[in-house]
Amino acid sequence: MKGFLNKQAPYIFIAPTLILLTLFSIVPILVALVISFTDMDLGGLANFNSISFIGFENYVEVLKDPVFMKAIYNTIFYVVIGVPLVILFSLAIALLINLGTSRIFKAFRVVYYLPSVTNIVAVAVVWNYLYNPTLGLFNYLLNLVGLPDVPWLTEPTIAKLSLILLALWKAVGLNMIIFIAALQGIPKSYYEAAQLDGANTWQQVTRITIPMLRFAIFFVSITTMIGWLQFFEEPFVMTQGGPLDGTLSVALFIYQNGFKFNNFGYAAAGSFVLFVCIIAITLVQLKLQKNESDMT
Amino acid sequence: MSTAMEGKKKDSRKQSSGAAFQWLSGIVLTIGGLFFLLPFFWMITSSFKPEGEIVQIPPTFWPESFTMHNFTYLFNNMKFDVYFKNTLIIVLFSYIGLLLNALAGFGFAKYDFKGRNALFVLVLATMMIPSQVTMIPVYLILNSLGLTNTMTGIVLPGLVGAFAIFLFRQFMSTIPTELLEATRLDGASEYRIFAQIVLPITKPILAVQAILTFIGGWNSFLWPLIIANDESLYTLSVGLSLLKGQYAANFGLQMAGATFMVVPVILLFTYFQKHIIENFSISGMK
Repeated sequence: MKGFLNKQAPYIFIAPTLILLTLFSIVPILVALVISFTDMDLGGLANFNSISFIGFENYVEVLKDPVFMKAIYNTIFYVVIGVPLVILFSLAIALLINLGTSRIFKAFRVVYYLPSVTNIVAVAVVWNYLYNPTLGLFNYLLNLVGLPDVPWLTEPTIAKLSLILLALWKAVGLNMIIFIAALQGIPKSYYEAAQLDGANTWQQVTRITIPMLRFAIFFVSITTMIGWLQFFEEPFVMTQGGPLDGTLSVALFIYQNGFKFNNFGYAAAGSFVLFVCIIAITLVQLKLQKNESDMT
Repeated sequence: MSTAMEGKKKDSRKQSSGAAFQWLSGIVLTIGGLFFLLPFFWMITSSFKPEGEIVQIPPTFWPESFTMHNFTYLFNNMKFDVYFKNTLIIVLFSYIGLLLNALAGFGFAKYDFKGRNALFVLVLATMMIPSQVTMIPVYLILNSLGLTNTMTGIVLPGLVGAFAIFLFRQFMSTIPTELLEATRLDGASEYRIFAQIVLPITKPILAVQAILTFIGGWNSFLWPLIIANDESLYTLSVGLSLLKGQYAANFGLQMAGATFMVVPVILLFTYFQKHIIENFSISGMK
C-alpha cells in the first residue's frame, strides 16, 4: 500500500487542485454554455424539469436589450479612457521613481502601491464619501480654490469618469511595479553608450527605455484591458449602475440579471457575449504585437 | 587644456541639471503621493469624528473631539464581530488552498508523468476564464451540491488558483533533482521529501504567498456575496457594503468600517513591502 501511494505521489499532489479547478472553472464554462440556451430561472433551480431549451432566443434578446447595449457602451467607455490612463500614469511614475537616486524614491513605491492591496469595497465606500455632493472633501477643495461643485456621481458621463478616477488610483500601483521590474532589466551599458554620444535624459528615455519596455507595455495593456472589461465592484458598491444606467458595466449587468432578477439563462448568454469579446480583443492584440515585432 | 576645462564645465552643468531633475521629480512624486494617500488620511481621521463634526461645513481636517463611538457601534449594534470571525475563517481556509497550490506546483515541477504538460496547460487556461462567466454556473453547481449559504460553499470556488500554482512550479523547478534523489535513496517517501526538503527551500516564495493569501482572503467579496444569504455568514466586505446601504448618510460609521478593513492590510503590507515588491520583480516578469 505504501509503495503504491508513493508511486502515485505526483498524481496525489496535483489531484486536489485539478479537481477543484475542473469543478469551478472548466465545468462551469460548459454549464454556462448549456444554460445560455435555456429559460432557466428561479423555478428551474428548484425543479430541473421546468427548464426548456429555447435555442438562441437569449442571445437574440440580450443583443436587442437597450440596457445591455448601454452596458456595452459604458464598458467600452471605461476601457478606452481607463486603459491608456493606467499605462500612462503607471509608466510615468515608474520612470520617475527609477531615475531617482535618493533613498526616498524607494518609499514612493510603497505609497503608490498601497491602494492596490486595499479592499475594493472599503475603498469604494471611502471614495463615495469623498465624492458626496454636500459633505464630500473633493467639492470642498474645489470650492476652496474658487471652482464650482462637480456632480461626481449624479451625472451619467461624469459618474463614469469618477469611477475611472477611483479605479485608476487603485490600478496604478501594481502596474508601476511591473514597469519598475522591467526597467531594472535594461542593461546599464546602453545608457552609458548613449551618454558617451551626448544623449540627454529625455533622449535616453524615448530612444532606449520606451523601446526596451515594449513587452512590459504590451503585457500591462492586455491585463489591464481584460480587467477593465470585467469592471464590476466599483459600480456595484458606489452607484449600483446608476444614474440612469450611466455606470452600468457588462459584468454588473450579468450579476444583476443573474442574482437580482434570477434570469440565469439570460445572464449566462450575456456572460458569453462578454467572454467572446474578451477572447477576440486579446487575439487581436496578440496579432498586433506579433506584426509589430515582425517589422522591427 | 582649454578642452579639459570645457569638459569639466560641461560635466558640472550636467550634474546640476541632474540635481534639478532629481528635485523636480521628487516634488512631482510627492504631490502625486499626497493625492494617493489623501483618501486613507480622510478615511482614518473621519472615522474618529462624532456625527456632528462629520456634517459640519467647512470640514475639520483633524477630529476636534476625538471619539471611538463609531467603532464600538460597529461591534455592539452591527454584527462586525461575526463578520470579522467569518473573514478570519476564510483566511484560514485559504491557507489550506495555499498548501494545495504548493503541492500541485511541486507535482508539476519535479515529476515526469503521463499527461503532465497537457494538464499544466489546462491549469494555465483557467486563468483566462472571467469570473462573470463562471459566477452563475458555480452558484448552480454549489446549489445542486446543497452548499449554498454554507461556509464550505463560500470557500471552495476560490480555494486554489492557477497563478499561485504557476509561481510555485517556476520556483520549485530550480531545486536540484540530485537533492531529491539523495533523500529518496535514504528511504524517504515522496510526501516526506515535500514536507522536509521542498517546503523549507521554498520558504521565500511561501512567505510572500502567505501574505498575499492573507490579503486575498481578508478582501474576499464576490463569493461570500453570492453564496451567503444569511447575515451570520457575511464577511467584512459584504458587511461593509451592507452598511453603506443601511446607513447611507452616516459617513463616520462607514469610515470606521472601512478603516477597520483597510488599516490592518496597510500595516501588514508596509511591514513586508520589500519582500512582496521584490517577489513581483523576480517572479512577475520571468
